[in-house]
Amino acid sequence: MSQFVAFRATLVKKRFEELHVKRRVPIFRQTFGFRYVLGSQYGMKNDAHTLQNARRSLWAAVLVGVGVMAALDEIVFHQLLQWHHFFDFSTPAFGILSDGLLHAFELLAVVVGVSLLLDLSQRGWLCVAWAKAGFFLGMGSFQLFDGIINHKILRLHQIRYGVDPLMYDLTWNAFAIGFLLIGFWLLRRARSGSRR
Amino acid sequence: MHPHQTAPFDWLPFLLVVLVTFEYLAAAWLQRAASAGWSLWRCGFFLLGSILLAIAFWPPLMHWAHGDLVGHMTLHLLIGMLAPLAWVLAAPMTLLLKTLPQTGGKWVVALLHSRCMRVVAHPITALLLNVGGMYVLYLTPLYAASLESPLLHYAVHLHFLLAGYLFCWAILAAPDASVNRLSLRFRLGVLFASIATHSLLGKLMYAEGFPRGTGHGLDEIQAAAQLMYYGGDLAEVLLAVVLLTLWLRRPVGRRERLFFAVD
Repeated sequence: MSQFVAFRATLVKKRFEELHVKRRVPIFRQTFGFRYVLGSQYGMKNDAHTLQNARRSLWAAVLVGVGVMAALDEIVFHQLLQWHHFFDFSTPAFGILSDGLLHAFELLAVVVGVSLLLDLSQRGWLCVAWAKAGFFLGMGSFQLFDGIINHKILRLHQIRYGVDPLMYDLTWNAFAIGFLLIGFWLLRRARSGSRR
Repeated sequence: MHPHQTAPFDWLPFLLVVLVTFEYLAAAWLQRAASAGWSLWRCGFFLLGSILLAIAFWPPLMHWAHGDLVGHMTLHLLIGMLAPLAWVLAAPMTLLLKTLPQTGGKWVVALLHSRCMRVVAHPITALLLNVGGMYVLYLTPLYAASLESPLLHYAVHLHFLLAGYLFCWAILAAPDASVNRLSLRFRLGVLFASIATHSLLGKLMYAEGFPRGTGHGLDEIQAAAQLMYYGGDLAEVLLAVVLLTLWLRRPVGRRERLFFAVD
Protein backbone atom coordinates (compact mmCIF):
# COMPACT_ATOMS: atom_id res chain seq x y z
CA MET A 1 0.00 0.00 0.00
CA SER A 2 2.71 2.43 1.04
CA GLN A 3 4.64 1.48 -2.10
CA PHE A 4 1.65 2.34 -4.19
CA VAL A 5 1.33 5.73 -2.48
CA ALA A 6 5.01 6.49 -3.09
CA PHE A 7 4.70 5.47 -6.74
CA ARG A 8 1.64 7.61 -7.11
CA ALA A 9 3.47 10.56 -5.51
CA THR A 10 6.40 10.33 -7.93
CA LEU A 11 3.93 10.11 -10.78
CA VAL A 12 2.18 13.27 -9.65
CA LYS A 13 5.48 15.06 -9.19
CA LYS A 14 6.68 14.02 -12.60
CA ARG A 15 3.45 15.10 -14.16
CA PHE A 16 3.65 18.44 -12.34
CA GLU A 17 7.20 19.03 -13.52
CA GLU A 18 6.23 18.17 -17.05
CA LEU A 19 3.36 20.60 -16.86
CA HIS A 20 5.54 23.24 -15.33
CA VAL A 21 8.20 22.97 -17.97
CA LYS A 22 5.77 22.77 -20.81
CA ARG A 23 3.49 25.50 -19.46
CA ARG A 24 3.37 28.14 -22.15
CA VAL A 25 3.10 31.81 -21.40
CA PRO A 26 -0.14 33.04 -22.97
CA ILE A 27 0.49 34.79 -26.27
CA PHE A 28 -0.99 38.07 -25.07
CA ARG A 29 1.28 38.20 -22.05
CA GLN A 30 4.25 37.09 -24.10
CA THR A 31 3.67 40.02 -26.41
CA PHE A 32 2.49 42.80 -24.14
CA GLY A 33 3.39 41.78 -20.58
CA PHE A 34 5.52 44.37 -18.83
CA ARG A 35 7.44 41.61 -17.01
CA TYR A 36 8.53 40.28 -20.34
CA VAL A 37 9.35 43.68 -21.76
CA LEU A 38 11.39 45.15 -18.93
CA GLY A 39 12.24 42.15 -16.79
CA SER A 40 15.35 40.05 -17.19
CA GLN A 41 13.57 36.87 -16.04
CA TYR A 42 14.00 35.48 -19.50
CA GLY A 43 17.76 35.62 -19.26
CA MET A 44 19.77 36.88 -22.15
CA LYS A 45 19.96 33.83 -24.35
CA ASN A 46 20.06 34.86 -27.99
CA ASP A 47 16.38 34.23 -28.79
CA ALA A 48 15.08 35.74 -25.61
CA HIS A 49 17.28 38.76 -26.21
CA THR A 50 15.85 39.52 -29.63
CA LEU A 51 12.34 38.85 -28.38
CA GLN A 52 12.84 41.32 -25.54
CA ASN A 53 14.06 43.93 -28.00
CA ALA A 54 11.08 43.20 -30.21
CA ARG A 55 8.76 43.93 -27.30
CA ARG A 56 10.64 47.06 -26.40
CA SER A 57 10.34 48.28 -30.00
CA LEU A 58 6.64 47.44 -29.95
CA TRP A 59 5.95 49.41 -26.77
CA ALA A 60 8.02 52.45 -27.73
CA ALA A 61 6.11 52.58 -31.02
CA VAL A 62 2.77 52.20 -29.21
CA LEU A 63 3.64 55.36 -27.28
CA VAL A 64 4.49 57.18 -30.51
CA GLY A 65 1.24 55.96 -32.10
CA VAL A 66 -0.85 57.23 -29.19
CA GLY A 67 0.87 60.61 -29.32
CA VAL A 68 0.60 60.94 -33.10
CA MET A 69 -3.10 60.07 -33.09
CA ALA A 70 -3.73 62.59 -30.32
CA ALA A 71 -1.84 65.24 -32.29
CA LEU A 72 -3.82 64.44 -35.46
CA ASP A 73 -7.04 64.72 -33.46
CA GLU A 74 -5.94 68.08 -32.11
CA ILE A 75 -4.78 69.45 -35.47
CA VAL A 76 -7.50 68.09 -37.77
CA PHE A 77 -10.65 68.09 -35.63
CA HIS A 78 -9.95 70.94 -33.20
CA GLN A 79 -8.01 73.39 -35.35
CA LEU A 80 -8.63 72.75 -39.06
CA LEU A 81 -12.25 71.56 -39.12
CA GLN A 82 -13.16 73.18 -35.79
CA TRP A 83 -15.67 70.38 -35.18
CA HIS A 84 -14.46 69.57 -31.67
CA HIS A 85 -14.83 72.31 -29.09
CA PHE A 86 -12.06 73.32 -26.70
CA PHE A 87 -14.52 72.91 -23.87
CA ASP A 88 -18.04 71.56 -23.85
CA PHE A 89 -20.00 73.11 -21.01
CA SER A 90 -21.75 69.81 -20.25
CA THR A 91 -18.53 68.13 -19.04
CA PRO A 92 -18.58 66.90 -15.44
CA ALA A 93 -15.78 68.13 -13.16
CA PHE A 94 -14.16 64.70 -13.12
CA GLY A 95 -13.97 64.87 -16.90
CA ILE A 96 -11.86 68.05 -16.83
CA LEU A 97 -9.39 66.47 -14.42
CA SER A 98 -9.05 63.24 -16.37
CA ASP A 99 -8.71 65.24 -19.58
CA GLY A 100 -5.76 67.12 -18.06
CA LEU A 101 -4.07 63.85 -17.09
CA LEU A 102 -4.72 62.30 -20.51
CA HIS A 103 -3.44 65.40 -22.26
CA ALA A 104 -0.19 65.28 -20.27
CA PHE A 105 0.15 61.59 -21.11
CA GLU A 106 -0.30 62.19 -24.86
CA LEU A 107 2.29 64.95 -24.96
CA LEU A 108 4.90 62.98 -23.05
CA ALA A 109 4.08 59.73 -24.89
CA VAL A 110 5.26 61.01 -28.24
CA VAL A 111 8.47 62.55 -26.85
CA VAL A 112 9.36 59.56 -24.67
CA GLY A 113 8.37 57.07 -27.40
CA VAL A 114 10.58 58.72 -30.02
CA SER A 115 13.49 58.87 -27.56
CA LEU A 116 13.12 55.19 -26.71
CA LEU A 117 13.03 54.28 -30.41
CA LEU A 118 16.16 56.39 -30.97
CA ASP A 119 17.82 54.69 -28.02
CA LEU A 120 16.95 51.23 -29.39
CA SER A 121 18.16 52.10 -32.87
CA GLN A 122 21.44 53.53 -31.54
CA ARG A 123 22.03 50.22 -29.78
CA GLY A 124 21.12 48.31 -32.93
CA TRP A 125 18.20 46.72 -31.09
CA LEU A 126 15.31 48.21 -33.04
CA CYS A 127 12.95 45.67 -34.64
CA VAL A 128 11.22 47.65 -37.36
CA ALA A 129 8.44 45.14 -38.10
CA TRP A 130 7.39 45.14 -34.44
CA ALA A 131 7.64 48.90 -34.23
CA LYS A 132 5.30 49.28 -37.22
CA ALA A 133 2.77 47.00 -35.56
CA GLY A 134 3.07 48.95 -32.32
CA PHE A 135 2.53 52.26 -34.10
CA PHE A 136 -0.78 51.12 -35.61
CA LEU A 137 -1.90 49.47 -32.37
CA GLY A 138 -1.19 52.71 -30.51
CA MET A 139 -3.09 54.80 -33.04
CA GLY A 140 -6.08 52.45 -33.04
CA SER A 141 -6.29 52.09 -29.29
CA PHE A 142 -6.10 55.84 -28.73
CA GLN A 143 -8.79 56.46 -31.34
CA LEU A 144 -11.06 53.85 -29.74
CA PHE A 145 -10.40 55.26 -26.26
CA ASP A 146 -11.14 58.77 -27.49
CA GLY A 147 -14.31 57.65 -29.27
CA ILE A 148 -15.76 55.69 -26.37
CA ILE A 149 -14.39 57.04 -23.07
CA ASN A 150 -13.74 60.69 -23.94
CA HIS A 151 -16.68 61.41 -26.21
CA LYS A 152 -19.36 59.17 -24.71
CA ILE A 153 -18.56 58.42 -21.06
CA LEU A 154 -16.70 61.56 -19.91
CA ARG A 155 -18.52 63.71 -22.49
CA LEU A 156 -15.55 66.04 -22.96
CA HIS A 157 -16.83 67.11 -26.34
CA GLN A 158 -18.74 65.60 -29.26
CA ILE A 159 -17.27 64.95 -32.69
CA ARG A 160 -19.46 67.57 -34.32
CA TYR A 161 -22.11 69.90 -33.02
CA GLY A 162 -25.49 70.71 -34.48
CA VAL A 163 -25.93 67.29 -36.10
CA ASP A 164 -26.91 63.84 -34.91
CA PRO A 165 -23.57 62.44 -33.68
CA LEU A 166 -24.50 58.75 -34.07
CA MET A 167 -23.11 58.25 -37.59
CA TYR A 168 -20.00 60.25 -36.70
CA ASP A 169 -19.43 58.10 -33.61
CA LEU A 170 -19.85 54.89 -35.59
CA THR A 171 -17.44 56.02 -38.32
CA TRP A 172 -14.95 57.21 -35.71
CA ASN A 173 -14.92 53.88 -33.89
CA ALA A 174 -14.91 51.90 -37.14
CA PHE A 175 -11.72 53.71 -38.12
CA ALA A 176 -10.30 52.90 -34.69
CA ILE A 177 -11.06 49.20 -35.13
CA GLY A 178 -9.57 49.36 -38.64
CA PHE A 179 -6.30 50.72 -37.27
CA LEU A 180 -6.30 48.04 -34.57
CA LEU A 181 -6.86 45.30 -37.16
CA ILE A 182 -3.97 46.59 -39.28
CA GLY A 183 -1.89 46.62 -36.09
CA PHE A 184 -2.75 43.02 -35.23
CA TRP A 185 -2.09 41.89 -38.81
CA LEU A 186 1.34 43.57 -38.72
CA LEU A 187 1.94 42.01 -35.32
CA ARG A 188 1.22 38.55 -36.67
CA ARG A 189 3.60 39.15 -39.55
CA ALA A 190 6.27 40.41 -37.16
CA ARG A 191 5.83 37.36 -34.93
CA SER A 192 6.08 34.87 -37.76
CA GLY A 193 9.02 36.82 -39.20
CA SER A 194 10.93 36.67 -35.95
CA ARG A 195 10.32 32.92 -35.59
CA ARG A 196 11.69 32.13 -39.01
CA MET B 1 -7.87 100.08 -16.64
CA HIS B 2 -6.22 102.91 -14.87
CA PRO B 3 -3.93 105.18 -16.86
CA HIS B 4 -0.23 104.55 -16.87
CA GLN B 5 2.67 106.80 -17.79
CA THR B 6 6.13 105.52 -18.62
CA ALA B 7 8.19 106.21 -15.51
CA PRO B 8 12.01 105.79 -15.28
CA PHE B 9 11.38 102.99 -12.77
CA ASP B 10 9.68 100.95 -15.49
CA TRP B 11 12.98 100.54 -17.32
CA LEU B 12 14.59 98.83 -14.34
CA PRO B 13 13.73 95.18 -15.24
CA PHE B 14 14.83 95.74 -18.84
CA LEU B 15 18.13 97.32 -17.77
CA LEU B 16 18.73 94.53 -15.24
CA VAL B 17 18.38 91.92 -17.99
CA VAL B 18 20.86 93.84 -20.17
CA LEU B 19 23.28 94.13 -17.25
CA VAL B 20 23.07 90.41 -16.38
CA THR B 21 23.64 89.51 -20.03
CA PHE B 22 26.73 91.69 -20.24
CA GLU B 23 28.09 90.11 -17.08
CA TYR B 24 27.50 86.61 -18.43
CA LEU B 25 29.18 87.43 -21.73
CA ALA B 26 32.10 89.11 -19.94
CA ALA B 27 32.59 86.07 -17.72
CA ALA B 28 32.39 83.76 -20.72
CA TRP B 29 34.94 85.93 -22.54
CA LEU B 30 37.27 85.70 -19.53
CA GLN B 31 36.94 81.92 -19.56
CA ARG B 32 37.65 81.75 -23.28
CA ALA B 33 40.64 84.07 -22.90
CA ALA B 34 42.02 81.78 -20.22
CA SER B 35 42.59 78.26 -21.47
CA ALA B 36 39.49 76.96 -19.64
CA GLY B 37 37.16 77.71 -22.56
CA TRP B 38 33.41 78.20 -22.63
CA SER B 39 31.00 76.87 -25.24
CA LEU B 40 29.67 79.42 -27.72
CA TRP B 41 26.42 77.40 -27.77
CA ARG B 42 25.91 78.30 -24.13
CA CYS B 43 26.54 81.97 -24.86
CA GLY B 44 24.01 81.70 -27.66
CA PHE B 45 21.40 80.14 -25.37
CA PHE B 46 21.93 82.85 -22.76
CA LEU B 47 21.61 85.54 -25.40
CA LEU B 48 18.40 83.92 -26.68
CA GLY B 49 16.90 83.86 -23.18
CA SER B 50 17.95 87.46 -22.62
CA ILE B 51 16.39 88.59 -25.89
CA LEU B 52 13.11 86.90 -24.97
CA LEU B 53 13.20 88.56 -21.54
CA ALA B 54 14.17 91.93 -22.98
CA ILE B 55 11.18 91.76 -25.32
CA ALA B 56 8.90 90.82 -22.44
CA PHE B 57 10.26 93.57 -20.16
CA TRP B 58 10.22 96.29 -22.84
CA PRO B 59 8.13 98.92 -20.99
CA PRO B 60 5.68 99.87 -23.77
CA LEU B 61 4.94 96.17 -24.31
CA MET B 62 4.52 95.64 -20.58
CA HIS B 63 1.99 98.47 -20.44
CA TRP B 64 0.03 96.96 -23.28
CA ALA B 65 0.05 93.58 -21.56
CA HIS B 66 -1.05 95.24 -18.34
CA GLY B 67 -4.47 95.96 -19.76
CA ASP B 68 -4.83 92.95 -22.04
CA LEU B 69 -5.17 89.43 -20.66
CA VAL B 70 -3.95 87.74 -23.87
CA GLY B 71 -0.90 90.01 -23.82
CA HIS B 72 -0.34 89.17 -20.18
CA MET B 73 -0.44 85.46 -21.00
CA THR B 74 2.08 85.92 -23.83
CA LEU B 75 4.45 87.69 -21.46
CA HIS B 76 3.88 85.00 -18.87
CA LEU B 77 4.84 82.37 -21.45
CA LEU B 78 8.01 84.26 -22.39
CA ILE B 79 9.09 85.15 -18.85
CA GLY B 80 8.07 82.02 -17.00
CA MET B 81 8.62 79.21 -19.50
CA LEU B 82 10.69 79.92 -22.61
CA ALA B 83 13.36 82.34 -21.36
CA PRO B 84 14.19 80.26 -18.24
CA LEU B 85 14.69 77.15 -20.40
CA ALA B 86 17.21 79.00 -22.57
CA TRP B 87 18.96 80.41 -19.52
CA VAL B 88 19.23 77.01 -17.80
CA LEU B 89 20.79 75.59 -20.98
CA ALA B 90 23.46 78.31 -20.72
CA ALA B 91 24.66 76.91 -17.35
CA PRO B 92 25.11 80.30 -15.64
CA MET B 93 25.79 78.74 -12.24
CA THR B 94 28.73 76.72 -13.55
CA LEU B 95 30.12 79.83 -15.18
CA LEU B 96 29.71 81.76 -11.93
CA LEU B 97 31.59 79.08 -9.99
CA LYS B 98 34.37 78.99 -12.56
CA THR B 99 34.76 82.77 -12.62
CA LEU B 100 34.49 83.63 -8.93
CA PRO B 101 37.66 83.74 -6.83
CA GLN B 102 38.04 80.87 -4.39
CA THR B 103 36.41 82.40 -1.30
CA GLY B 104 33.37 83.62 -3.21
CA GLY B 105 33.08 80.24 -4.90
CA LYS B 106 33.09 78.50 -1.53
CA TRP B 107 30.19 80.65 -0.36
CA VAL B 108 28.16 79.81 -3.44
CA VAL B 109 28.90 76.09 -3.09
CA ALA B 110 27.92 76.22 0.58
CA LEU B 111 24.68 77.93 -0.37
CA LEU B 112 23.94 75.36 -3.10
CA HIS B 113 24.58 72.46 -0.76
CA SER B 114 22.55 73.87 2.13
CA ARG B 115 19.47 71.96 3.23
CA CYS B 116 17.29 74.94 2.43
CA MET B 117 18.47 75.05 -1.19
CA ARG B 118 18.04 71.30 -1.49
CA VAL B 119 14.39 71.60 -0.47
CA VAL B 120 13.70 74.65 -2.64
CA ALA B 121 15.35 73.14 -5.72
CA HIS B 122 13.51 69.82 -5.41
CA PRO B 123 11.32 69.25 -8.49
CA ILE B 124 8.16 68.94 -6.41
CA THR B 125 8.78 72.22 -4.57
CA ALA B 126 9.58 73.87 -7.89
CA LEU B 127 6.33 72.46 -9.32
CA LEU B 128 4.33 73.84 -6.38
CA LEU B 129 5.99 77.25 -6.67
CA ASN B 130 5.52 77.37 -10.43
CA VAL B 131 2.07 75.93 -11.13
CA GLY B 132 0.74 76.44 -7.60
CA GLY B 133 1.67 80.11 -7.87
CA MET B 134 -0.36 80.34 -11.07
CA TYR B 135 -3.40 78.75 -9.42
CA VAL B 136 -3.13 81.30 -6.61
CA LEU B 137 -2.69 84.18 -9.03
CA TYR B 138 -5.55 83.44 -11.40
CA LEU B 139 -8.13 81.81 -9.14
CA THR B 140 -7.94 84.36 -6.31
CA PRO B 141 -8.38 88.17 -6.37
CA LEU B 142 -4.57 88.47 -6.46
CA TYR B 143 -4.54 89.08 -10.22
CA ALA B 144 -7.04 91.93 -9.93
CA ALA B 145 -4.92 93.38 -7.10
CA SER B 146 -1.76 93.15 -9.22
CA LEU B 147 -3.42 95.33 -11.85
CA GLU B 148 -3.85 98.09 -9.28
CA SER B 149 -0.49 98.03 -7.53
CA PRO B 150 2.67 98.39 -9.68
CA LEU B 151 4.84 96.86 -6.96
CA LEU B 152 2.70 93.70 -6.82
CA HIS B 153 2.75 93.64 -10.62
CA TYR B 154 6.56 93.54 -10.69
CA ALA B 155 6.62 91.00 -7.85
CA VAL B 156 4.35 88.69 -9.87
CA HIS B 157 6.62 88.89 -12.92
CA LEU B 158 9.73 88.33 -10.82
CA HIS B 159 8.02 85.28 -9.33
CA PHE B 160 7.27 83.96 -12.85
CA LEU B 161 10.92 84.27 -13.80
CA LEU B 162 12.38 82.76 -10.62
CA ALA B 163 9.86 79.93 -10.34
CA GLY B 164 10.17 79.13 -14.05
CA TYR B 165 13.96 79.05 -13.82
CA LEU B 166 13.84 76.89 -10.71
CA PHE B 167 11.44 74.46 -12.39
CA CYS B 168 13.49 74.10 -15.58
CA TRP B 169 16.66 73.64 -13.55
CA ALA B 170 15.09 71.06 -11.22
CA ILE B 171 13.62 69.06 -14.13
CA LEU B 172 16.65 69.12 -16.42
CA ALA B 173 19.22 68.75 -13.60
CA ALA B 174 21.69 69.74 -16.31
CA PRO B 175 23.86 71.34 -17.64
CA ASP B 176 24.17 73.13 -14.30
CA ALA B 177 24.81 70.30 -11.85
CA SER B 178 21.60 69.76 -9.90
CA VAL B 179 21.39 69.99 -6.13
CA ASN B 180 19.25 66.87 -5.89
CA ARG B 181 20.14 63.58 -7.54
CA LEU B 182 16.95 62.11 -8.91
CA SER B 183 16.19 59.53 -11.59
CA LEU B 184 14.92 60.53 -15.01
CA ARG B 185 11.73 58.59 -14.34
CA PHE B 186 10.95 60.72 -11.29
CA ARG B 187 11.59 63.98 -13.12
CA LEU B 188 9.43 62.86 -16.04
CA GLY B 189 6.70 62.11 -13.51
CA VAL B 190 6.92 65.64 -12.10
CA LEU B 191 6.83 67.06 -15.62
CA PHE B 192 3.73 64.96 -16.26
CA ALA B 193 2.06 66.44 -13.18
CA SER B 194 3.07 69.90 -14.31
CA ILE B 195 1.52 69.51 -17.78
CA ALA B 196 -1.66 68.00 -16.31
CA THR B 197 -2.17 70.74 -13.71
CA HIS B 198 -1.27 73.46 -16.20
CA SER B 199 -3.81 72.31 -18.77
CA LEU B 200 -6.37 71.78 -16.00
CA LEU B 201 -5.93 75.42 -14.99
CA GLY B 202 -6.36 76.51 -18.60
CA LYS B 203 -9.67 74.64 -18.87
CA LEU B 204 -10.86 75.89 -15.49
CA MET B 205 -10.20 79.50 -16.48
CA TYR B 206 -11.98 78.93 -19.78
CA ALA B 207 -14.97 77.26 -18.16
CA GLU B 208 -15.41 79.45 -15.09
CA GLY B 209 -14.22 82.79 -16.45
CA PHE B 210 -11.22 83.28 -14.15
CA PRO B 211 -9.55 85.65 -13.26
CA ARG B 212 -12.67 87.44 -12.08
CA GLY B 213 -13.21 91.05 -11.13
CA THR B 214 -10.76 92.43 -13.68
CA GLY B 215 -13.14 93.97 -16.18
CA HIS B 216 -11.98 91.62 -18.95
CA GLY B 217 -14.74 90.23 -21.14
CA LEU B 218 -15.45 86.49 -21.25
CA ASP B 219 -14.17 86.30 -24.85
CA GLU B 220 -10.84 87.78 -23.83
CA ILE B 221 -10.52 85.43 -20.86
CA GLN B 222 -11.32 82.43 -23.06
CA ALA B 223 -8.75 83.48 -25.66
CA ALA B 224 -6.17 83.93 -22.89
CA ALA B 225 -7.03 80.52 -21.41
CA GLN B 226 -6.57 78.85 -24.79
CA LEU B 227 -3.26 80.61 -25.28
CA MET B 228 -2.21 79.40 -21.85
CA TYR B 229 -3.24 75.84 -22.72
CA TYR B 230 -1.52 75.58 -26.09
CA GLY B 231 1.43 77.82 -25.28
CA GLY B 232 2.05 75.86 -22.10
CA ASP B 233 1.96 72.64 -24.15
CA LEU B 234 4.57 74.02 -26.50
CA ALA B 235 6.91 75.12 -23.71
CA GLU B 236 6.57 71.91 -21.73
CA VAL B 237 7.01 69.67 -24.75
CA LEU B 238 10.15 71.68 -25.50
CA LEU B 239 11.33 71.01 -21.96
CA ALA B 240 10.62 67.27 -22.37
CA VAL B 241 12.48 67.19 -25.69
CA VAL B 242 15.51 68.88 -24.12
CA LEU B 243 15.37 66.53 -21.13
CA LEU B 244 15.33 63.39 -23.27
CA THR B 245 17.90 64.76 -25.73
CA LEU B 246 20.27 65.26 -22.80
CA TRP B 247 19.51 61.66 -21.79
CA LEU B 248 20.26 60.38 -25.31
CA ARG B 249 23.61 62.15 -25.23
CA ARG B 250 24.75 60.01 -22.32
CA PRO B 251 26.74 56.84 -23.09
CA VAL B 252 24.58 53.91 -24.20
CA GLY B 253 25.64 51.67 -21.33
CA ARG B 254 24.53 54.09 -18.61
CA ARG B 255 21.15 55.12 -19.99
CA GLU B 256 19.06 52.38 -18.48
CA ARG B 257 20.53 53.01 -15.04
CA LEU B 258 19.99 56.74 -15.36
CA PHE B 259 16.38 56.17 -16.30
CA PHE B 260 15.44 54.13 -13.26
CA ALA B 261 17.92 55.13 -10.59
CA VAL B 262 19.95 58.07 -9.33
CA ASP B 263 23.12 59.00 -11.14
